[in-house]
Amino acid sequence: MADAIPTPAVEAVSHGGPLLRIEQVVKRFGNVAAVDGLSLDIKAGEFFALLGPSGCGKTTLLRMLAGFEAPDAGRILLDGVDIAPMLPHQRPVNMMFQSYALFPHLSVAGNIAFGLKRAGMPRREIGQRVAEMVALVRLEGLETRKPDQLSGGQRQRVALARALARRPRVLLLDEPLGALDRKLRESTQRELLDLQRRLGLTFVVVTHDQDEAMTMADRIGVMNAGRLEQVATPRHLYEEPVSRWIAGFVGDVNMFDGKVARRDGGRFAVAVPGVGLLNATPPRDPAGVEAVSVAIRPEKVRLSRRPPVADVADASINRLEGVVRDIGYLGGASLYTVALDGDAATLRASVANTARLDADAFPVGQRIAAWFSADDCVVLER
Amino acid sequence: MSARRIFTRPARLAAIAPYVWMALFFLVPFAFVVKISLSQAAIAQPPYMPVVMLADGWRGLVAAFGALSLDNFRLLASDDLYLLAGLRSLTVAATATALLLLIGYPVAYAMARLPRRWQPVAMTLVIVPFWTSFLIRVYAWINILQHDGLLNKILLALHVVSAPVVWLATDRAMYLGLVYSYLPFMILPLYATLARLDPALLEAAGDLGSSPRQAFWLVTVPLSLPGIGAGVLLCFIPIVGEFVIPDLLAGSDSMMVGQALWLEFFTNRDWPVASATAVLLLAILLLPLLVYDRFQRRQMRRS
Amino acid sequence: MTAAPLARVSRFNIAALALGLAFLYLPIVILVIYSFNASQLVTVWGGWSLRWYVEFFNDRAMLNATFMSLRVAAVSATLATVLGTLAAVALTRGEGFRGRTLFSGMLYAPLVMPEVITGLSLLLLFVALGAERGFWTVTVAHTTLTMCFVTVIVQSRLGALDRGLEEAAMDLGCDPLRAFLSVTLPLIAPAIAAGWMLAFTLSLDDLVIASFTTGPGATTLPIRIYSEVRLGVKPEINAICSLIVGSIAILIVAASMASKLSSGRGGNAAPM
Repeated sequence: MADAIPTPAVEAVSHGGPLLRIEQVVKRFGNVAAVDGLSLDIKAGEFFALLGPSGCGKTTLLRMLAGFEAPDAGRILLDGVDIAPMLPHQRPVNMMFQSYALFPHLSVAGNIAFGLKRAGMPRREIGQRVAEMVALVRLEGLETRKPDQLSGGQRQRVALARALARRPRVLLLDEPLGALDRKLRESTQRELLDLQRRLGLTFVVVTHDQDEAMTMADRIGVMNAGRLEQVATPRHLYEEPVSRWIAGFVGDVNMFDGKVARRDGGRFAVAVPGVGLLNATPPRDPAGVEAVSVAIRPEKVRLSRRPPVADVADASINRLEGVVRDIGYLGGASLYTVALDGDAATLRASVANTARLDADAFPVGQRIAAWFSADDCVVLER
Repeated sequence: MSARRIFTRPARLAAIAPYVWMALFFLVPFAFVVKISLSQAAIAQPPYMPVVMLADGWRGLVAAFGALSLDNFRLLASDDLYLLAGLRSLTVAATATALLLLIGYPVAYAMARLPRRWQPVAMTLVIVPFWTSFLIRVYAWINILQHDGLLNKILLALHVVSAPVVWLATDRAMYLGLVYSYLPFMILPLYATLARLDPALLEAAGDLGSSPRQAFWLVTVPLSLPGIGAGVLLCFIPIVGEFVIPDLLAGSDSMMVGQALWLEFFTNRDWPVASATAVLLLAILLLPLLVYDRFQRRQMRRS
Repeated sequence: MTAAPLARVSRFNIAALALGLAFLYLPIVILVIYSFNASQLVTVWGGWSLRWYVEFFNDRAMLNATFMSLRVAAVSATLATVLGTLAAVALTRGEGFRGRTLFSGMLYAPLVMPEVITGLSLLLLFVALGAERGFWTVTVAHTTLTMCFVTVIVQSRLGALDRGLEEAAMDLGCDPLRAFLSVTLPLIAPAIAAGWMLAFTLSLDDLVIASFTTGPGATTLPIRIYSEVRLGVKPEINAICSLIVGSIAILIVAASMASKLSSGRGGNAAPM
């Protein structure tokens, strides 16, 4: 392989250790800790997404991986080597910039060749590699264009090709699809994923778009206020959030605050003021905590005109009653807001519109029964 | 080691040469102006004596301080000439700046409203005269304004006047020259703020019930205040110390400070009084200069 | 009502613009036309002629002053461009360093400082240093003035540049110096060139500072023109001024064509 960048020993990976290990990294700007004692392992070949609201520190973390910021404390190990003291040009990682940062004075080919020339690759090989990259991102025929003669989608692909040309150990992507319109974003997501699989590369993507993270990533690290709230696969993140904040940040959720009334193995009964006892068999037990919230996703709540016939004593089902207050029609589904009896709380339920006439199955003002399984509830520390 | 910091150290090294240069050739000379302004005419008269005799060491310095006197400033205060020159400089600068604003604003406003692709062309057209010599532009007006110059010929031909009008060596000619020479300095900062103005703001003002005229006074003008401030300072400060334009175009019955300084230096060869006049001019400009400095710094922080 | 009347150019706007530009250009156009006047009297039109241009090229003193001015302008503009670009880099990339406020103050003040003050103070410095006044003192004085203009021009271009470009260059294997040379410098080159040209014309143009800082045998063109103009309008001066205006116009047109050409050529250049 004509890899111009000296690649550190690869054995670390074969030992099953992580490719990238972030250890207790801290970065402060003035008094504000943008990244606050964060640790994370990223495996080789993984598509990892850093998700979080703006200002959560995800971009700072990415910039530390690229070398544009130096951590105030902690280590960043790539293949077991601490790269934290290295300058950006000494690191075998490359970055795709949010603004793309394409050199306006260089052509498409010139941009892609830029990093190869710096690495001292022979001219012939540069030509080959550029052609290969151009083909990879399907930009054939545009090699001599300047960045300002390209569309947004084409620029995005040049930026990608430029960052990939040096065959980085890790490719960092800062909001890679942020500047594209919705339709283009969806097709580009698939392309990016396909590319990553084919090349077997490690991608670290920063994004604020949870759909994007869910669709593409193998694992997602959700950041808030400089810390990782949860690192999990998209499915776990959605189905088994570890905190109220995560449950609310990823997707929509109903949250009932109450006190643990009974705890029996994995089974919970939570007393919610104004609502009553809610049963839950959550995936995780907030051990030793009495003040909790019961979280249930709207699409896991079922509605019917009459309560289900099941045994009233069946503790695996929660039954509530109320009046339809509002219907949000979303096309594929409708989001019902139900005012629960006693006016203590409302409940949102998402109902799939499986037939054309279903759309207005329960009119506003209709008395209604809402029920959901204890298995679908998550109990979270308040 | 943010990208900032990676670049910071070499960037700071870049400051050394220009820093030393400006300190030596811009800052330090002021000390000499102040020093000479406090000297006796006898010491500081040509043939030029070294201002500080470093060879004499500390005692020389003490002696030099002992020799300082406020005589030159007493002279300035005792002679109406300088006071009047100072007042005239201020009124001329204020009047000319007001005229510049009055003329420059509509032009800048029109530029900002041109279709996008024409705006750079208009801007170039405003800048180009700035590239041609200042002296030449003043000279061009002398051509036009002289007794049998083009202006009088046209006026006579149109029977607007019956005899040639005296244009040269009047305040009218001077104001014309000042407005002409400084117009780009007024237009460009005004244009820069007006071009940034979001047209939707005017539409919003209209939507909320303002007539175009009200929208102009209530939205456009307040939002262009930074440009007005920059333009006013860029014109007012140098005009106060202007020499060439009043010298060539205005009459000789009254002087501006710049002319007084020139006269003392080149005609009377009285360096101490010339220096004292320079200190006076600086004192007049101190406040506007400080405002200008704050302005620049705010501008820089914004960008 | 649509929003169009608010957003469009009105007749008043057009008139203001046309009048403004006419005011800026007419005197210069008239000056150029009269430079081709055959008549001895400046104000009487005596037909087209190149007589005053010939006169100028036979006027040794005027020619010497012209060469002196060109030399001063070339040297001071080059010095000013180097120093001004360094200063602009320091101001935009140096973050807050000690003495930065003073530094930026020293760079902005000369832009508005009355020339009589700058000229007098520099002269007193040169006298104090015992420097022989002539070519070099004028050159140093002009460098001091014009580097501030270069700084402003280059700084605005640098400030508008996406910092991501330099980061991308480093990410792709450049150390900071290389990143600056291979990415930043080509991108600010037009501003640096514009800075040099402005410095050159400002130096060529300056009367006041040159008058203070010059010495015997180093008369610049504006000093020469000024002494003639004080005595009244002379057709030869019209010719000289037209030559200066013409050369500056050619310089500007050439520069804008060069910048267009370089961007056009880049578009069709070979892949690397």
